[in-house]
Amino acid sequence: MPDTVTQQAASPTPAAAEREFTVKVRTQREIVFRRYLEHRAAVVSSVVLLLLILVAFFGPLFWHTPFTLMTNDIEVGPSTAHPFGTDSNGFDLFSQVLHGTQRSLEIAVSVSLVSTVFGAIYGAAAGFYRGWIDTIMMRFADLVLTLPALVFAIIITDKASPTVAGQWYFLAAILAALFWPSCARVVRAQVLSLREKEFVEAARALGANDRRIIFRHILPNTLGSIFVIATLTVAGTVLVETALSFLGFGIKPPDTSLGLLVESGKTAIQDGYPWLFYIPGIFIVLIVLTINFIGDGLRDAFDPQQTRVRA
Amino acid sequence: MFAFTIRRLLASIPVLFFSTLLVFLLVASSVDPLEPLRAKNPPVPHQTLVALGTRLGLYHPLLQRYWDWLTGLVLHGNWGTPVQPGYHIAARLSSSFLVTFRLVIFSIFCSLALAIAVGVFSAVRQYSKMDYVATSIGFLFLSLPTFWFAALLKAWAIQFNSAVSPDHALIDTIGEASPNPPSGFFPQLGDAFGHLLLPTITLSLISYASWSRFQRASMLEVLNSDYIRLARAKGLSRRRVLFRHALRNALMPLTTQVALDTAALLGGAVITETVFEWHGMGYMFLQAVGNYDLFPLLAWLIVAALLVIVFNLIADLLYAVLDPRIRLA
Repeated sequence: MPDTVTQQAASPTPAAAEREFTVKVRTQREIVFRRYLEHRAAVVSSVVLLLLILVAFFGPLFWHTPFTLMTNDIEVGPSTAHPFGTDSNGFDLFSQVLHGTQRSLEIAVSVSLVSTVFGAIYGAAAGFYRGWIDTIMMRFADLVLTLPALVFAIIITDKASPTVAGQWYFLAAILAALFWPSCARVVRAQVLSLREKEFVEAARALGANDRRIIFRHILPNTLGSIFVIATLTVAGTVLVETALSFLGFGIKPPDTSLGLLVESGKTAIQDGYPWLFYIPGIFIVLIVLTINFIGDGLRDAFDPQQTRVRA
Repeated sequence: MFAFTIRRLLASIPVLFFSTLLVFLLVASSVDPLEPLRAKNPPVPHQTLVALGTRLGLYHPLLQRYWDWLTGLVLHGNWGTPVQPGYHIAARLSSSFLVTFRLVIFSIFCSLALAIAVGVFSAVRQYSKMDYVATSIGFLFLSLPTFWFAALLKAWAIQFNSAVSPDHALIDTIGEASPNPPSGFFPQLGDAFGHLLLPTITLSLISYASWSRFQRASMLEVLNSDYIRLARAKGLSRRRVLFRHALRNALMPLTTQVALDTAALLGGAVITETVFEWHGMGYMFLQAVGNYDLFPLLAWLIVAALLVIVFNLIADLLYAVLDPRIRLA
């Protein structure tokens, strides 16, 4: 719990100088950060993911071939001109993979941002007000949670008007609308216990209104789990989005996504162009794997209790 | 227990009601069954469109359409009118369900065995090299996109087939059975098993990862508890403590988790079925979506929702059966 962390960090400086062993005072943020650095896989993953993001977003600016250009090199293997080779239309796979990575990350990060922010506020309001408001709000959240996300995303994207259907923000909006309840449930459960704490009572005694109590006193205490959920939502969204594009319901050509690239390369191994299948897939695995490790590291960092029984 | 089951079933009726309402509103407002006919060339006469629209009840307000559909389903067992000719919703549902169910049940057993073995092993040898290896492999499978892994296995199998015996495929890569299956019960059974191989590997490896993490955590919790220390202290062998005292209790959380995940797996086999070209629930769903066929789609979604509710109930009951401390009254 973040609470115990604050207590460790408390007992500030005045007495410290007189002590025999001086204790360095660390803020809660420093403590969490230090614990995160102890999770080696998470640190390595952060570096890899950061590199991936930099290359995906800034690489296309410097790369000689845009992802929409059909070159005269048809189905050539990886070389210096085309590090990832080209496909049967002469598209440079390197720039396509960079663009696909960018798309997948854009969608995943916006879905995660929107669904966690909305879910957190929704869950906090439900847990804070309790009673029938809570019942109605959470029953609705449960209802949305029973909708199979992939299936509904398929139905809605397939039937939407073609002007928006292939756009990445449309896909992101649908996935965010399906993903928020899981965050709402976790935050609500924490708020239910936090609202009974003394500091909330103190804030109320000082005259703080509901909004101030929720946003300044309660929600900051749930930030740890919110960060973890946000991270795991990014990973989950990448998997769902690429699967949708693979099945033909997500990103549509001329735009491209990692799922779409795997789809067009699914018989490439038998046909003798294995790079068309392996490279986009490995990029998906790399993104999701690093994000999962980061989520694991964040969980350990924010919740020191769990490090002993790390699952 | 019986009274509890009945009460829980009754309590799930309102849940099911609202869930059908939400599903109907979402699907009926986005799927227009006449859309493919309008796009046809030469154009379908206007009267035909109107007649079909009337038959499907498209011109009523949305809520009335919901009510008509719901009462038709509950009172008369009528799933609605499919657009595709010669399509029987109930027959199609049951045949698709059986195909998918076979795959899911098989995968669950394989992945459970794997998850328990790996989870227990990692917990007993916590922080050993093997634990790190197992945990990392678990993370890898957790991060694998199902469609890529399935397509990878399929491509490898095809390469293997053409390398080993070009004229006779050793590993079946397409469909849930051969187009003209062998005669006789046992050859048919063998044929079915052969086709199950790759999809089962896909589904079970993808779902084993989260289960083994779960099993490892619950095993660790049990191993650190006082009664395990007591059992060791009174002189029981390590083996006996591990399997009779620890494992039995550590299996409980996993059982409920598996029951909850089963419903999701049944619905989620869409991707695996598509890659291996099975004609199960996934195929039925994608076909209904592609044909704008509203009522088969609704039927599919209702079955999926029902499965979630039923497996939730099974999870609760299993927990009560396994844990004598819980009394369902």
